[in-house]
Amino acid sequence: MYTLDFEKQITDLETKIEELRHVSKEKGMDIVAEISVLQKKVDKLLKDVYGKLSSWDKVQVARHPERPHFLDYVKELIEDFTELTGDRLYADDQAIVGGLGRFRGQTVMIIGQEKGHDIESRMKHNFGSPKPEGYRKAVRLMALAEHYRVPLITLVDTAGAYPGIEAEERGQAVAIARATDMCLSVTVPFVATIIGEGGSGGAIALATANRVLMMEYAIYSVISPEGCASILWHDSAKKGEAAEAQKLTAQDLLKLKIIDRIVPEPLGAAHRNPKEAITNLGNALEKELKDLSNLTPKQLKAQRHQKYLDIGRV
Amino acid sequence: MNWITDYVRPKLQKLTTETKPAVADNLWQKCPSCEQMLFHRDLVDNLSVCHYCNHHLRLNAYARLKLLFDNEEFTPITLPKVPLDPLKFKDSKKYVDRLKDYRKKTGQEDAILVAHGKIGGNPAVVAAFDFSFMGGSMGLAVGAALVAAAELAIKLDFPLIAIPASGGARMQEGPFSLMQMPRSTVAVQMMREARLPYLVLLVDPTLGGVSASFAMLGDITLAESGATIGFTGARVIQQTIKEKLPAGFQTAEYLQEHGMIDRVVHRKDLRATFKKILTLLRQKSL
Ligand SMILES: [Zn+2]
Repeated sequence: MYTLDFEKQITDLETKIEELRHVSKEKGMDIVAEISVLQKKVDKLLKDVYGKLSSWDKVQVARHPERPHFLDYVKELIEDFTELTGDRLYADDQAIVGGLGRFRGQTVMIIGQEKGHDIESRMKHNFGSPKPEGYRKAVRLMALAEHYRVPLITLVDTAGAYPGIEAEERGQAVAIARATDMCLSVTVPFVATIIGEGGSGGAIALATANRVLMMEYAIYSVISPEGCASILWHDSAKKGEAAEAQKLTAQDLLKLKIIDRIVPEPLGAAHRNPKEAITNLGNALEKELKDLSNLTPKQLKAQRHQKYLDIGRV
Repeated sequence: MNWITDYVRPKLQKLTTETKPAVADNLWQKCPSCEQMLFHRDLVDNLSVCHYCNHHLRLNAYARLKLLFDNEEFTPITLPKVPLDPLKFKDSKKYVDRLKDYRKKTGQEDAILVAHGKIGGNPAVVAAFDFSFMGGSMGLAVGAALVAAAELAIKLDFPLIAIPASGGARMQEGPFSLMQMPRSTVAVQMMREARLPYLVLLVDPTLGGVSASFAMLGDITLAESGATIGFTGARVIQQTIKEKLPAGFQTAEYLQEHGMIDRVVHRKDLRATFKKILTLLRQKSL
């Protein structure tokens, strides 16, 4: 398991428990009581450590490689997921995955960035950094959702849109702009969730929804803390200060009314218990979609427009 | 200075007198492209285009409006009030102080001006960015101004021309800055729903969250010759991929070649081009 710096004392203790279990089994000793005490200590440490994470700590949790990604959520939450590929113009970009499926009894269109979990899948999904064809596929699938009148669910997890020559050549800016435009055009219920990283325009293109949720340890920002530190502080080592200043945590963003709801993660964050995190999101999505089902198509679009017009209005 | 007319509000008159001495002190300036020395008056006469290499120097928002509107006459609107410094942001300097400095330096509230007037006899609302105000970065004030520009255009039944010149997001406003991407897109949709033309003129530079929102959603998109336009800045791309960038990468001409914009226009032809388009759209029969 990949261990973050501030988790080290916890994982050390857990390793010790494992060793104890092993030894006691070999020697036939009964140490249930001792293990229970140590386990309680682990839980208390988790509560303490996770109770006072800095913004920069949360950035690291959001980027944790074992954190559940788009396809993990789809696997648990969506029945009969049928992936639909390609932008019909150039290629299929696997940094964005999308398709039809059934979510708790109703057909939905689900789209999101996938980062991958090992070298091979990370390469396949380009580490979750989409190219224009990815956004154009998303536009196509959003239009399909509109055409068939099925609710739209997006799961956002990207460090940002891909910064490369071919992405510029094929119109990264146009592709992102048009995806945001489409997000604001559809008249079906639309719920977006930032499940890991919500990196700037590359995230907005899928996250401009009726309801925007964030997992408890997800981040959402206009620029990475590293980028912000090097531009504004001229020192990339100031990423901690930059993370704090950018107000990129779910807790900050709920307070600023940029997002609508925080989805709780299990003790010690989603990477310690992906299944629980995924179920929590499932429950939240079900509730949000139910609420939105009371609105007419016209109201759904108007609500989305008003939501963004109102941000920062005095 | 004959362009100060009744249309110009006292505040803007004040701005022009304030900036006058700064110009007089710099009678000569170097072309940022070919490095030839350019005499200020010649440069002004040539619309701030270099005589030697045709490089289009950056114009502030006020000069932009003067350039586009007939007889340099236009009516600026008061921009909506927005929360200042919503995050209480501070890096090496407090954001509120930075804002104050730029306001003093430029005589403007923020990085955008909105005005209405006539272009070749056609009424239009123009929203022009000012790169000299914090790199034309888009925060709450700019987003609100774009919405106000669309609302004004709809109220007057005029087309809207947006002229972005921006490095992207106003980082000091963090998430509020990011939210101006969808917010400005709503402004574009308001124009579309009203079936009024929404035209964009991309000028140097248009990058990041600005290019990836309202700037790339024009019904018709023009770009000024040589302007740098893209999503990710060239330096960041180079750092990421560690490859040499192709010649002319992210120029207006490059974007046209790749099918991203409608026309590349020389500054001296801008007004005539807009006149032609606006007249065609106004005189249609259906
Ligand atoms: Zn020159």
